[in-house]
Amino acid sequence: MQQTSEDFIVTASDIHFAYRDRPIFQGLSINIPRGKVSVIMGPSGCGKSTFFSLLGGRLAPTSGNLEFDGQPVFTKPGQLQYKMRRKMGMLFQQNALLTDLNVFDNVAFPLRETTDLQEPLIRIQVLTKLEMVGLRGARDMQVSELSGGMARRVALARAIVLDPLIVMYDEPFVGLDPISMGIILKLIRNLNDALNLTSVVVTHDIKEGCDIADYMFLLDRGMVSASGIPDQLMTHHDPAIQQFMQGLSDGPVRFHYPARDYLEDLQDI
Amino acid sequence: MDLIAKLGRQGIHFTVHLGSSLLFLVSALKGAAASFSRSRLIIEQLYAIGVLTMLITVVSGLFVGMVLGLQGYYQLVRFSAESSLGLIVALSLVRELGPVLSALLFAGRAGSALTAEIGLMKTTEQLAAMEMMAIDPIKRIIGPRFVAGIISLPILAALFSAVGILGGYLVGHGQFGIDSGVYWHSMQSGVDLFQDIINGIIKSCVFGVIVVWIALYEGYNSTPSSEGISRATTRTVVWSSLTVLASDYLMTALMFGE
Repeated sequence: MQQTSEDFIVTASDIHFAYRDRPIFQGLSINIPRGKVSVIMGPSGCGKSTFFSLLGGRLAPTSGNLEFDGQPVFTKPGQLQYKMRRKMGMLFQQNALLTDLNVFDNVAFPLRETTDLQEPLIRIQVLTKLEMVGLRGARDMQVSELSGGMARRVALARAIVLDPLIVMYDEPFVGLDPISMGIILKLIRNLNDALNLTSVVVTHDIKEGCDIADYMFLLDRGMVSASGIPDQLMTHHDPAIQQFMQGLSDGPVRFHYPARDYLEDLQDI
Repeated sequence: MDLIAKLGRQGIHFTVHLGSSLLFLVSALKGAAASFSRSRLIIEQLYAIGVLTMLITVVSGLFVGMVLGLQGYYQLVRFSAESSLGLIVALSLVRELGPVLSALLFAGRAGSALTAEIGLMKTTEQLAAMEMMAIDPIKRIIGPRFVAGIISLPILAALFSAVGILGGYLVGHGQFGIDSGVYWHSMQSGVDLFQDIINGIIKSCVFGVIVVWIALYEGYNSTPSSEGISRATTRTVVWSSLTVLASDYLMTALMFGE
């Protein structure tokens, strides 16, 4: 069946972006399907997190077209861009919880700052979201009292408290023990399906990425080098993609950093 | 050739920073104006920035006043002019030492804390998270701190001067037996409200803007790492202190010149 632009919540075409003189994206084109869990993977420094910054309008591409929910991200400066962000939730790698607030106030923070909701309604919203992540009982705890997994769940509750259309997960499995990782995996899938969200997960973890993904994108050298359902990527014919997906130490990406001949180097006193 | 290139690079670097810090000041002022509708945030910062700096200010003010009392008495007594001790102590404090020293203490205590706090918020992605939650960190974080800093410093400077005068009195009256009426009267007749006190307050207001501007700018633009925060905090104290002293010279020349 032919897919239409309605089927994609994010459409990016021919995006170019560089940090000073270091190019990150050189013609990135990527379409994120609506209502699915999409996983973006790739080697370190390939621009996975930068993609979120572009999508959130915190960085601007040098050229290319980036649309969110049918609207261009970069032709609406100021207030309108802020409005667009209200439809986005983001889970940061370091959770980014406000350390001077407790769990309840952290989750309530976006509601108090961006809406005119009365406190009883805010309370209901916050408790609903905390219940979803299993931490309603921890509402009075301080951020410093939370374990890594709990802090991530609080950050997740905060990311969904404004009922966004999309939730972006930046390395959600980093630094978690196996139980916490399992909980986060389950939450990403459950929340996506229960709240009719679109989830975009940026990760290095191939197993967890494959477990959760409806669709996967592999970034390399500023472009999408492969995309498809996890099985398609796992059995891809390209040796570079095979090396990445299997986590092989040597292959098209060499183990050794380019250097002169080893023996010559040793003999050169 | 290398030296010229290095000088040029430094010059460009300095100009870029000056420009971006001025742009930051403009947005901080806008954020400050917006934060007046959120008085709770300003009050919280008044406590963190002002109240917590009070102890060091009061203790320092007391000792500075006592030293002024000692030194002033030793010199004045040679000319049998010890009755002017109150005036000398008060003028030194109200015109110069009160605003300048309290600003330097403020830079060391509150300025460095502000830079470290904002820098850490940047490092732990709290500022980025706010942006993604459609909350402007300039309005939510920078604005209230800017207002609180500007309100706090003149009050701290007044406190510094008041306690310093009291310190001078303790030494003058308690140690050297100067009559308390003489001490206070010389002050009453010699200190002018506009020339001395108002000018002192204007100075501390200007110092307040300088210190919080530099502290917040350095924090907001710090490199998000432990080393970056450390460097930014050092820069805050160094630049605030130098700028306070340089601007004090300029203001003194303008206010008290013939």
